Amino acid sequence: MVNRVITGAHYGLRDWLAQRITAVIMAVFSVIVVFVLLTAKSITYGVWRDLFAQGWMRVATLLFMVSLAWHAWVGVRDILMDYVQPAGLRLSLQVGTLLVIAGYVGWTIQILWR
Amino acid sequence: MPEAALKTPARKTRPKYLSLQALLFEIRLPVPGWVSILHRASGALLFVALLWLLWMLDRSLSSEAAFNQIKHYAGLAPVKLSLLVLVWAYCHHFCAGIRYLFLDLDKGVDKATSRLTSWIVLAASLALTAFFGWKLW
Repeated sequence: MVNRVITGAHYGLRDWLAQRITAVIMAVFSVIVVFVLLTAKSITYGVWRDLFAQGWMRVATLLFMVSLAWHAWVGVRDILMDYVQPAGLRLSLQVGTLLVIAGYVGWTIQILWR
Repeated sequence: MPEAALKTPARKTRPKYLSLQALLFEIRLPVPGWVSILHRASGALLFVALLWLLWMLDRSLSSEAAFNQIKHYAGLAPVKLSLLVLVWAYCHHFCAGIRYLFLDLDKGVDKATSRLTSWIVLAASLALTAFFGWKLW
């Protein structure tokens, strides 16, 4: 099985690429949201609620959060691999990170579609 | 243990560039190094702070009264200051990230250009933070 090589020169490429692609998605979303908020006259509850009531905004925000989840997983895992050497502690922190990320995404869905 | 090792006196002199003084005052991280470590630090900070930010988003969308409470809460000095730090972290992570995307494409990798773009990233993220701070309050 040629595609089951788990070591070698390119096994980090997928994470590396995913981190860049998710970064671009988040950057585009950020620019759009900043533009929307800067062009609003004043941000009252009505404006805020209506913004997040629109379908595109809900989907875009969810897309942002899923991108963030993947991006943050790669980033936090890199940090843990650099600074936390004991395998058991590192694994625990990585599992904890995954749980936090899953919680963030779940909470976001709950906020957007309540 | 070999006899020679026992007779050799313990070395008292430390290598010059590993002295505490050298570490604190003489060895300096070049600007791209600062951008890099701040990129990592701001990313870690944003990841942790997301819990707080999501909580505020949750409250602000739950009702008009809660929205106004959050608006008042965001105006308190310590909260405002913390939010400003997070705004900076986001802006820095954003600007430095764009710089890294260009570096990935082999643009601006020579020493002079990479130092210049590092200064631009630091300045731009501070300027953006000041702008958003002024806009928000």
